[in-house]
Amino acid sequence: MNLSKSMYADVLVLSPAGRLDHDNCAAFHSALERYLEEPGSTAARGVVFDLGALEYVSSAGLRCFMLAAKQARAHGGKILIAAMQPVVAEIFEISRFSMILEAFPTVRAALESLSPESALAYDRA
Amino acid sequence: MAANGQQLDTMEKANAFVERRFPFSLRRTYGGHSACVEFEPGSKEYFVCDMGSGARAFGEHVLARNAGQPAVVNVFMSHVHWDHIMGFPFFGPAYLPGTRIRIHGCHDVIEHAFRLQQSPPCFPVPFDHLAASIEFIRLPSGQTTQVSGVAVTPKLQLHDGDSYGYRFECGGKSLVYTTDSEHKLESDLNTDGFVQLFRNADLVVFDAMYSLADAVSVKADWGHSSNVMGVELCQIARAKRIALFHHEPANDDADIEQILRETVRFEELTQQGHRLEVLAAYDGLELDL
Repeated sequence: MNLSKSMYADVLVLSPAGRLDHDNCAAFHSALERYLEEPGSTAARGVVFDLGALEYVSSAGLRCFMLAAKQARAHGGKILIAAMQPVVAEIFEISRFSMILEAFPTVRAALESLSPESALAYDRA
Repeated sequence: MAANGQQLDTMEKANAFVERRFPFSLRRTYGGHSACVEFEPGSKEYFVCDMGSGARAFGEHVLARNAGQPAVVNVFMSHVHWDHIMGFPFFGPAYLPGTRIRIHGCHDVIEHAFRLQQSPPCFPVPFDHLAASIEFIRLPSGQTTQVSGVAVTPKLQLHDGDSYGYRFECGGKSLVYTTDSEHKLESDLNTDGFVQLFRNADLVVFDAMYSLADAVSVKADWGHSSNVMGVELCQIARAKRIALFHHEPANDDADIEQILRETVRFEELTQQGHRLEVLAAYDGLELDL
């Protein structure tokens, strides 16, 4: 599983790709912790997970998103989910993670809800 | 109206119509008894997990099948929280002289708990007045013990005061009973241990009380698990069937049916070359292994 990052104004966008499951969730969690603790990201308004390239997420992977949300909240930030593929969206629904993490159909819509500046930066990129 | 134009002039036709046209949650109920699960390994003796409120109906079944004659009943206790022992004072065979009841478990407080709930002012019949011969047998956790031809392997589970899951094996079939058990997703040791317990099981009776989101957030450390975790563990262990068990009491029949539908769908979405049959336990459910 790959994890790439982009910064749009004051919002960090993290894009995991592939499958997130029991075998790689520990590495994913460590990477998230690093990103969320990086200077700059803690001051960011929030983090958007662009799940457009995430094919599958297991319960252990879902827990990583929840821990990231807790970590972001501790810094006054917010975690949003965006652009889920249908299978991943169904897993969010069945697990009821859809009730604890806010999701948007597109990355831009998620950025717009956090800050207009980040949406404009996304449009320009 | 669904029945318009139908010829439903006998009870058989009416029942068949209801069975065909309506979901389980409308034509029946999942029930509300607390844990009491019998299994029949083909022995004259009886085998049952926990003595929740379902023990009353189980006792009637034992008395009827034995035509009032004394039976030997092997009980396996997950733990002694009240919902798992509350049926015992109403377990009919306990009042029949000659009945032998062997209560197995890994806790050292089982006898104390059984006696306590029949002490004044909780119940009018003291434990010592029961007519059956009642033994309490301590099983070693993590080791296999033969009990009347059944191989019994208890496993320590995460629950307040500890609970134990059981793997039962007999005649080439295996049953896992695992309730009141929380699974910590961050623990590989937890996952590996339960995968070993569930390995190739014909049926896993699984504590699916909460949604996954609740189990890892607001209800973390409450000692229960979720449908999603159950399916994942069974898939890794290549178990054949999972019965969602210990339903959240706040859920009505329609809610449980919805959770079952979603869990079946989750299994479809996540299966990788292994098919797991998903069902939701209800009072009176009988399965052939």
